[in-house]
Amino acid sequence: MVNEQASPMANPDVPRQRLEPGDVIDRFVLVERLHQGGMASLWSVRWDGPTPPEFDGVPLLMKVPRIKGGEDPATIVGFEVEQMIMPRLSGPHVPRYVARGDFIRQPYIVMEHIHGDTLRPRFDHAPLPVDEVTDLGARVAQALHALHNQHVVHLDIKPSNIMLRASGEAVLLDFGLSRHDQLPDLLEEEFTLPMGTGPYMSPEQVQFVRNDPRSDLFALGVLMYTLATGERPFGQPTSVSGLRKRLYTEPVPPKVHRPELPGWFQEIVLRCLEVQPERRYQSAAQLAMDLQHPEQVQLTERATKARTAGTFKTLSRWFKAMGAEPTGDATASEQLSRSPIFMVALGVNNNTPDLDRKLLATVKRILQIEPGARLACVSVMKTARVGMDKLTDDEGNSLHVKHLVAIKHWARPLQQALRMDDHRLTFHVLEAPDTAHALVEFAHKNHVDHIVMGARGNSALRRYLGSVSAQVVAEAECSVTVVRV
Amino acid sequence: MTSTRLWRIVEVMKLALMSDLHANRQAVEAVWSRIRDEGFDQLVLLGDYVDYGADPVWTLDFVRERVTQGALAVKGNHDDAIAHESHHSLGAHVLESLHWTQRQLDATHRDFIASLPLTARLGDCLITHANAHAPADWSYIHGRLEASRSLYATDARVVFCGHMHDPKLYHLSSTGKHGEFTPVSEVGIELSRARRWLAIPGSVGQPRDGNPAACYATFDTDTDLLTFHRVPYDHDTAAARILSAGLPPLMAERLQHGQ
Repeated sequence: MVNEQASPMANPDVPRQRLEPGDVIDRFVLVERLHQGGMASLWSVRWDGPTPPEFDGVPLLMKVPRIKGGEDPATIVGFEVEQMIMPRLSGPHVPRYVARGDFIRQPYIVMEHIHGDTLRPRFDHAPLPVDEVTDLGARVAQALHALHNQHVVHLDIKPSNIMLRASGEAVLLDFGLSRHDQLPDLLEEEFTLPMGTGPYMSPEQVQFVRNDPRSDLFALGVLMYTLATGERPFGQPTSVSGLRKRLYTEPVPPKVHRPELPGWFQEIVLRCLEVQPERRYQSAAQLAMDLQHPEQVQLTERATKARTAGTFKTLSRWFKAMGAEPTGDATASEQLSRSPIFMVALGVNNNTPDLDRKLLATVKRILQIEPGARLACVSVMKTARVGMDKLTDDEGNSLHVKHLVAIKHWARPLQQALRMDDHRLTFHVLEAPDTAHALVEFAHKNHVDHIVMGARGNSALRRYLGSVSAQVVAEAECSVTVVRV
Repeated sequence: MTSTRLWRIVEVMKLALMSDLHANRQAVEAVWSRIRDEGFDQLVLLGDYVDYGADPVWTLDFVRERVTQGALAVKGNHDDAIAHESHHSLGAHVLESLHWTQRQLDATHRDFIASLPLTARLGDCLITHANAHAPADWSYIHGRLEASRSLYATDARVVFCGHMHDPKLYHLSSTGKHGEFTPVSEVGIELSRARRWLAIPGSVGQPRDGNPAACYATFDTDTDLLTFHRVPYDHDTAAARILSAGLPPLMAERLQHGQ
């Protein structure tokens, strides 16, 4: 029998020494210690020798865990998880991964050094203007969607783990508590207490569920609530029973703290903070879409709520929560694939009734097998590139409203046949000189998974004007279905 | 420079692991063809080459040839039962297939099986059919407890075993916390050196996790990347051969559904 003492962590081959500037670790020279935290220290580093061409111009940051004689499992396993997950992530919403150090000799992760502050300092200035909170929320939601798309649930979303790039994208940091749905969960058995940061932890995280991407939307809801009101929706609990309170106690509606907050903002935030994940937004992209189109948010009783539930209701919820076992049946990729965003492009003036009917039938077929889907009905109002635009028709009616009325009319049978509740359906009239470009941009900004559109019927016209659908097919990042009569 | 290169040749390699072939020629051919296409340095065969399937002679000849060419092979309980005529570890329902298989094989096959070891070592990897704590008693790794028991019984960093037909990955941290994971095929998992691992590639010739495709795994000892694979194969033909050989129809049926 080999006992635990013989495992590699307890007997490192090389004793670790205190790191100093100028030290060389593998291919990196330590330049300056930027931060010394309880879990890890952060160093700015440079390449020892010439920079490999693929990392040209990338400033480097090295994260070195504090491992005290191998007796701190939280630090070790969290770092192990981060070393496993970071190399798999890419895109603007995470720091670019560069290298990592062997766990036995000297564990570290070298990544892109993103300059600037986390959102933590902004936190001290709460309450912030609602526009700023909404804008931040949308950026973080987009980053979360990108992360969830890569099979990872973050599980520790909070201001100090979020940065903004100079180009505007939110960057998510610290994957020490994260869960990759295609890799073993090394943390699953490690702790007997819920893992996360008290104020932000979702109810299911309190109950040890670690695979639901909607947990990150709960945390983002807490973040937006706190930034907008200056108050924490669930306080700062330090005990498990304190954490469990969020399973049955409703947060005070944000408007109680700040009555001037718009109803749509309260609607969005309280929806993120629902106890049951099924009652929240079903994907970060769907949340980002509402945050970017507040006028499209369908208001429910959440929007006007002025008080929390009464004692009796809270007690009955407490009773239910006692016996409740979370299902934890949704992994990041499963949840995402059942919550897609579809977009249908409607040519208000160009479509023939036949094409409109066929579009309707096609969209209906798609939505029938995707009950968690959202549909954005979009029409483009062509504007002139130069000069004044005509915004009203000959009778003086707003053309924008005319478009809106038309696409709502188109969607009505769909709404009835599928009994779609309102928040699954949104309507957008875009104003742009280039129809195809406007559609592609809308799809990109709103993380649309699939565009459905009609092909221009009249072939002479198509030859003369070029095909909008062909341009969308060529330029869109997502799937496109072109419907013909 | 030369010594570094030599070290790499000896130490760093891509392992291809096949387990529980069970005389299924169609499955073995499909997996072997994929392994050759993808390239490998060391083939590892985890036992149970015969029984259940209709091609025990072909399969044992395949294993023998691979071993001649440098493959590492350990003995499985079905192989052992056939070579030693001892059937205590097998259920009554498989006796029919066992006796049929015994009639197909000759003395050279039995000698070959007898020559196979129960365990083998490859760097910091241990290779065994059933488990690492008592390989000769063929007890199963049903869950984390048995997996941890095996890992505590060896100083190997990674244990590979077969016997269980479903792909599975167990791990044990330095603080004695254990976990398990049902792998997603074709997604490489880096086996962190901060913990120890027990990997079950799943069965080539008798998959039982509801997916009829054949299982195998690869492990790169340089990058520590373990990947579980699935290969679809012509299970209709394999099943038809089982029926025409007069073997129990159950053996054919389960190939169709991977159960």
